[in-house]
Amino acid sequence: MLTFTLRRLLLAIPTLLAISLVIFLLVDLAPGSPMSEIPLTVPPDVRQRMIEALGADQPVIVRYVLWLRQFFWVEPATLFDGWFGTTWAEGEQRILSWQSRSPVFTIIGQRLPQTLTVIGTAYLVGILIALPIGIYSAYRQYSLFDQGGTLFAMIGFSVPTFFSGTLFIIIFAVWLGWFPTKYDTQLVVNDWDSFIKQIQQMALPVMTLGLANAAAISRYMRSSMLDNMGMDYVRTARAKGLSERTVVLKHVLRNSLIPVVTVIALGIPAIFGGAIITENLFGVNGIGAALIGAIHANDIPMVQTLAFIFAVLIVLFNLIADVLYGLLDPRIRYD
Amino acid sequence: MRDASPKPLVQVTDLKMHFPIYSGIFRRHSGDVKAVDGVSFDIQAGETLGLVGESGCGKSTVGRALLRLYEITAGKVVIDGEDVASLPPEALRKKRPTMQMVFQDPQASLNPRMTLARIISEPLDEHTDWNDARKLERVYELMDAVGLNRRFANRFPHEFSGGQRQRIGIARALALNPKFIVCDEPIAALDVSIQAQVVNLLEDLQERFGLTYLFISHDLSMVRHIADRVAVMYLGKIAELSPRDALYSLPLHPYAEALLSAVNEPDPVRAATRKRIILKGDVPSPANPPLGCNFSTRCPRVFDRCRVEDPALRQVEPGRFVACHLYDQQTAAGPTGAPEVNERNQQGELQ
Repeated sequence: MLTFTLRRLLLAIPTLLAISLVIFLLVDLAPGSPMSEIPLTVPPDVRQRMIEALGADQPVIVRYVLWLRQFFWVEPATLFDGWFGTTWAEGEQRILSWQSRSPVFTIIGQRLPQTLTVIGTAYLVGILIALPIGIYSAYRQYSLFDQGGTLFAMIGFSVPTFFSGTLFIIIFAVWLGWFPTKYDTQLVVNDWDSFIKQIQQMALPVMTLGLANAAAISRYMRSSMLDNMGMDYVRTARAKGLSERTVVLKHVLRNSLIPVVTVIALGIPAIFGGAIITENLFGVNGIGAALIGAIHANDIPMVQTLAFIFAVLIVLFNLIADVLYGLLDPRIRYD
Repeated sequence: MRDASPKPLVQVTDLKMHFPIYSGIFRRHSGDVKAVDGVSFDIQAGETLGLVGESGCGKSTVGRALLRLYEITAGKVVIDGEDVASLPPEALRKKRPTMQMVFQDPQASLNPRMTLARIISEPLDEHTDWNDARKLERVYELMDAVGLNRRFANRFPHEFSGGQRQRIGIARALALNPKFIVCDEPIAALDVSIQAQVVNLLEDLQERFGLTYLFISHDLSMVRHIADRVAVMYLGKIAELSPRDALYSLPLHPYAEALLSAVNEPDPVRAATRKRIILKGDVPSPANPPLGCNFSTRCPRVFDRCRVEDPALRQVEPGRFVACHLYDQQTAAGPTGAPEVNERNQQGELQ
């Protein structure tokens, strides 16, 4: 398993380099430039100096190599300096956002907590709702509960978040007045009241995203349970005279969770990626909102860096899912 | 005098297992697949009853229904004095140690995430209050009994060969000292070379632990080897139930005759003169069995009565039961079937 992981990590290096080049070129070659935002009244020589100051006048390959160095050396070194007080990255140029002139990673550091609390909670809530629904739906296949679960999943799949989110705002914020319509990023949780407030303002985005997440996972769980429910070893377990609880929870569930766990692991990068629509709808100032803002402003370094971070996370969690599969299923051996 | 004879360990009376069919937009109950439709037989303690028949005739369903792995539609299954078919769930669970099953597919019937030791000891967790050391000792004992090396205790099922896995399945079934074991085609998924080993193991274990088997198989020569009496099933019903030697030397029911004519003959001289009965047509659907005798659509000796009246399983010779109108006429003509004799033989004399 260790050899397998190391081999996969080594293989990830060329993969990520290729991805980074594609991302860099795609974003760079796309039409639109931050310079187009500069008013025409600005004299040409000033305009030229502005472009030079951003480094946007360099050929794309130079900027790519420079960006690679910044991403893989300067930024980690800066982080290291911040933790241990060393001076590895002193005087080095960090990746700067063209929009705000502040380092991209600082912005990410500011935005990430919002995204992780809201979207991470939504994912967790989604899983917690989906697993029991999936398990019981499969156990009582074609029952009323199962039909209800199917309907729930269908709704979660097919209703887009901009619609369900708006609907929730109308029902729970406007009509019932239980939750605020907007997420307050400034809220500091330091006592019981502010904690309650935080829960209340998280409720709507978490519900919106949780519904979508739960829909997918409950279907995976159900079909995986159904696969295993008919297996001979389940009949063996019944013939052993085990209680129904043990048969379902120990024999069927544990085997059924294997594929579901990997699906869940593969979904985790999406948490970091944020939810562009939901974040915008509820005013959660997270990564998704940062990305869409950067795209609007032609903030090329920001978009490139964020897209590449998502790529790294996806590669990483694919590896984690594979390793988890190997750990959970004794039939799978990678070495 | 009759009371002195031991009660059979397993008594099956008019067992029916129908699987409902739902069809149409409203999933209305539109019929039943009559997988097992009125089967009765007894098995004496220490006896092996072979159950043979072609694919889809309901033999596996009988095996599973006997252990109530299905909720049966009708009938009684008395095992060791208790009607398994009507026991409440908790009592049924307590009853499970006396009746166990060896399954057909030894790979699929073992939980892939459990080690051998856990698979075998799980019934002990459930039905005994032994400590771990004692359970492990029992696991080793069982592994010795079925001829598995003790070193394998912590391995997973996929690490074994088919024959070894079937031994695990047998060890698991034996863990709680059952009296009755249903062997549901235990050798069908194994190589021929391994089949003999497993069958011999089953025979050894029967001798050592006094087990009673229902041996379900489509391999007629294996059944001939292991069974004391043999029941031939066709389309959810027993066509003939006879002592092994009598059945193999002279099958009475036309279907049994056709089935046994398909057994390969190793001697080429005799094989050349062997008369094979080849049945025409297909097995009718168990959802819509023919009126009258189930076999009437394919029987080479069919006559008018077969198409209207379903023959009951009757004793035609001592110990031999046949469901066929051909023999009904004979018994009606001859004085052989005196009721006293019938009754005693129904208890199934050990052959």
